[in-house]
Amino acid sequence: MVPGDLRYTKEHEWVRVDGDEATVGITQYAADQLGDIVFVELPGAGRALDQFATFGVVESVKAVSDLFAPVSGEVTGANDALAGQPELVNSDPYGGGWMVKLRLSEPAQLDQLLDPAAYEQLVAEG
Amino acid sequence: MTEEPTPSLPTPLLDRHRALGAKIVEFAGWQMPIQYAGILEEHRAVRSAAGLFDLSHMGELVVEGPEAGAALAGALVTDPPSLAVGRAHYSMICAPDGGIVDDLIVYRLADDRYMVVANASNARTVSDALVERLVGFRAVLDDRSLATGLVAIQGPRSLDILAPLTGLDLDSIRYYAIADGEVAGIPAHVARTGYTGEDGFELFVDVDRTGQTWDALMEAGRSHGLVPVGLGARDTLRLEAGMPLYGNELGRDTNPYEAGLGRVVKLAKHGDFVGRAALEKVEREGVTRRLVGLVLRERGIARHGYPVLNAEGPTGVVTSGTMSPTRGDAIAMAYVAAADAGPGTMLAVEIRGARVAAEVVPLPFYKRPS
Repeated sequence: MVPGDLRYTKEHEWVRVDGDEATVGITQYAADQLGDIVFVELPGAGRALDQFATFGVVESVKAVSDLFAPVSGEVTGANDALAGQPELVNSDPYGGGWMVKLRLSEPAQLDQLLDPAAYEQLVAEG
Repeated sequence: MTEEPTPSLPTPLLDRHRALGAKIVEFAGWQMPIQYAGILEEHRAVRSAAGLFDLSHMGELVVEGPEAGAALAGALVTDPPSLAVGRAHYSMICAPDGGIVDDLIVYRLADDRYMVVANASNARTVSDALVERLVGFRAVLDDRSLATGLVAIQGPRSLDILAPLTGLDLDSIRYYAIADGEVAGIPAHVARTGYTGEDGFELFVDVDRTGQTWDALMEAGRSHGLVPVGLGARDTLRLEAGMPLYGNELGRDTNPYEAGLGRVVKLAKHGDFVGRAALEKVEREGVTRRLVGLVLRERGIARHGYPVLNAEGPTGVVTSGTMSPTRGDAIAMAYVAAADAGPGTMLAVEIRGARVAAEVVPLPFYKRPS
C-alpha cells in the first residue's frame, strides 16, 4: 500500500503538496530496492530545478542512484538529518526520510504525475 | 573462437536462499544470493557473531599425480611443494607477460594431491590453463567445480558453532590449514580460510550434501546469532579487510607487484614458471603504480572507476569503494602513481565532477580484535 495523499513518478519519487510548497522523497519500494542507504546528497536552498532534472544522489552500500525532481520549482530546504541518518530513507521514507522542499513554479505539472492507484499498479508490474 | 552464451547455473542451495527471502542475482554464470535481510545487518553479524555463505560457485580444481607439485610450481607463482600436507597458501596464476589470470588458494590434500580454488568467473580459464601447463608432467587435473559444494562460516562465533557438529579438533586446524573429517555426518574438507577478515572455516562437501551441511550449520548457529550472508556483504567485508577482488583490484593488466602482492611471488624457487621472466623484470625495475587504501576526509563515497587526483591532475583510479559498515567512513582501494602511494599522502577522488579529499592509508581498513 502506498500513501493515498501523495503523487508519484515512474522513477519512484513522491510529492506531498501543501499550498505552493511541495515536499519530495523516494518511495518505500525504491528504498527497498536500493537496500541499505548510506549516503544522500541534496541541493542547497535557492537552487532552481526543472521538472525531471537531477537534484541529488542517493547511495546504498552497492549502488549510486540519481534523484529526479518530480516538478519544477525552487529549493526552499533540504532534509539535513539525512547527512547523519541516511537510514531514515529506509525506515521512514514518507516521513523522516523526506529529501527536499520546493516552491512550485508550475503547479499544473502535478497533473502529469501518477496518482496512488497508478503508482501501485506500476510497482505491482515490477 | 566464440562460445554460446550458457544459461546461469543454480547453486545447490538456490531453493533455500529463495525460502530465506534472498535477492538473487546472476554472478559469474551462477544464480547467487546478493543479500537476505540487508547488507549492513549481514555485515555486522559476521563482525560480531557469525555468517553463513554459499560459495558453491567457486572452482575446485584437483591436481593429482607423482609430479603434481612440480607441475603446479611451474604453473603458478608460488611453490606448492613447499606446503606441508594439510596446509594451504594464497597464490596466483599469471600469464607469460606477468598479468594476473586469477588469484587462488592452493591446498595440499595429500603428498601428491592438491586442490586449487579459483574464482567462479575464472574457473574455466584457470582449468584450461592448468591442463595446458600440466602437459609433460605425471599429473592430471580433475575439475571438481560442479561436483563440489562450498559453505563458509565466518565470524568470531564460527568455532563454537561448528565444534559440536564435528569430531575434528578445530583448535588444531590453524589459519590456512585444512583437515578431512565429517560435519553433521557429512564427509568434508574443513579449511580455516576465508575472505572476511574474521576467523572462520570453509567446508568443501559433495554437491549433493551441500543442503544438509547448510541446514545443520543454520540450526546449530541459531542461538549464536548466525545469519545467512550474501555476495553484497561478502564484498564489503573483504574490502574492509583489504583483500583484493579479481576484476576490481586484480586482472590481466595488473601484476602482483603493483597489487602489493609481490611477497606471494616466489622468485627464489627452483625452475621456471609461467611469467617468471616478466615478473623478475618488474621486481628489478620497480612499478609505476601501486594499489593503496584511501579514506575519504570529506563527504562522499568513492566508487569503482572514479578518477583519483593529486594536486597536478589525474594520478589513478578507484578499484573498489564503499561506506565502511564497521568504521562508518568511506573507504576505497585505488591504483595511484607510485610517487603518490605513501601513507599520509593527501589526494582527491573525483565524485560527480567535484574533488573530494582522500588520504592514503595502510591496508587493511579493519583488523579483528585479537
